Amino acid sequence: MRLFSPEEIGEVLEMVLFRELDIRAVTLSVNTLPAIRGDVGSAISALRDLLRPYLEHFRPAVDKVAAKLGVRIVTARLAVSPISIMLEPLGRAEDAVEIAKSLDDLAEAYGVDMVGGFAAFVHAGVSRGDRALLDALPDALNSTKRLGGFVNAASTATGINMDAVYEAAEAVLSMRPEAAARFAVTANVPEDVPFMPAAHHGLGLPDAVVNVAVSGPGVIEAVVRNMKDADLRTLHDAIKRAAFKVTRLGELVGREVARELGVRFGAVDLSVAPSPKVGDSVAGILEAMGLPRAGAPGSVLALHLFVDAVKKGGAMATSTIGGLSGAFIPVSEDALMARAAEEGALSFDSLKAMSAVCNTGIDMAGIPGDSPPDVVAALMADVMALATALDKPLGVRLVPIPGGKPGDVYELGGLYGRVVVMDLGKYSEIPLARRSGVVPPSVWRLRAG
Amino acid sequence: MELVVVSVLGADRVGIVAGIANVLARHNANIVDIAQTVVRDIFSMIMVVDISKADVDIAGLRAELEEAGKRLGVMVAVHHIDVFRYMQRI
Repeated sequence: MRLFSPEEIGEVLEMVLFRELDIRAVTLSVNTLPAIRGDVGSAISALRDLLRPYLEHFRPAVDKVAAKLGVRIVTARLAVSPISIMLEPLGRAEDAVEIAKSLDDLAEAYGVDMVGGFAAFVHAGVSRGDRALLDALPDALNSTKRLGGFVNAASTATGINMDAVYEAAEAVLSMRPEAAARFAVTANVPEDVPFMPAAHHGLGLPDAVVNVAVSGPGVIEAVVRNMKDADLRTLHDAIKRAAFKVTRLGELVGREVARELGVRFGAVDLSVAPSPKVGDSVAGILEAMGLPRAGAPGSVLALHLFVDAVKKGGAMATSTIGGLSGAFIPVSEDALMARAAEEGALSFDSLKAMSAVCNTGIDMAGIPGDSPPDVVAALMADVMALATALDKPLGVRLVPIPGGKPGDVYELGGLYGRVVVMDLGKYSEIPLARRSGVVPPSVWRLRAG
Repeated sequence: MELVVVSVLGADRVGIVAGIANVLARHNANIVDIAQTVVRDIFSMIMVVDISKADVDIAGLRAELEEAGKRLGVMVAVHHIDVFRYMQRI
């Protein structure tokens, strides 16, 4: 008897060979808190000693699994414990920059594409280590190439730290486009995200785990395009089935890499992530459902249907769901999202509306380099409010383009794609954004006890 | 058994099956299943191959098969059977 019918084999081959199905990221997440020291020199050398044994095996393990399975693994990433914790005894921004640079060097030396964890959790207030990290943000990201960072400025449990949001807005505006692309302000960020820039080693995790993120919009778009006359329930079911298969590939790769490294397998992020390649677009799925352009009326409905189907299909495919697990709608990293922004179909208002049903928020959208901080902070705060009101993770990743005007395009290249400068509107001062303090937690907090 | 799936796609011509099978035989890789069709002059073939007694690993075999594919003017892909097990079986 045949193990698999030629049709079954053909289906997988079509996904892997012709629909850009690949593994977007394998992220090794390591507890780096044992490297905390009282002076920066010792801390950096302890950090290197701690990470080196992992890193020596990591890239080879990823390459070995990719070769064995015949599946592309696009990036190998490292996540470390939030660097703000390491900065608690140090308390100086210049130390934060030194640590940032050494992590960047380590990543480069060991073939790690990105390292995440230059992060602070400040949703209810700023500690000594957080302060050092916040002050170092623009310098640290401007002087590195592979470092990812975030500031978690809001949580359902504690509210929205508006001071931190405003500082994050000012920090973004002092970053080069290449640096801003590696930074997000986040709300409710989970501990096992394999995606940059939200990846970090959470406090609830063992010493090392492997988390996985899949890509696969092309697979789902092909399914949707083949179902032109299907009703919505049938369409939902077909997406669910495809999402199951996509997620299973992530589960397989995660288990194999974890086994190679002798560490625990963590979670698969159910999110279907796009890339700038043709045929690898979430917007392509939405348009295949029957939208003239991503961002047109109906986009929230289409995204909701897609996200729900992905979650339901993915839930059975992996033993551990993790990360953000929704749809990713980064504007520049998705060729059709970028086109929609260029044509004006996609605005910040439509992205905000779509944030209610996705898990990225406003991601990889260009803004003019001279944007008013009030407006940037207020836009970020809007997304923070959505995240806390809906009790879900969301983030904002904006890329300021020097001299950029709405409609201009800036090439970041690689997975980052083409950044389109979008219109932030006509206001330059928003006094609300400058009110200091913390927005109290929403009623969700009371329900949690 | 360690099974891999060898898939071949391209314009039909004489010697494709022989060319691919020859590489497998040379490395002691045993074909356990084969399905092959030609539709509108497009040749397609899927082989399930046991490499547990082969003298190369999957990456080495893939490299040689891709090379043979180039000579024959067809595309060859090699995947571990686990990919199909995970994606097609619950």
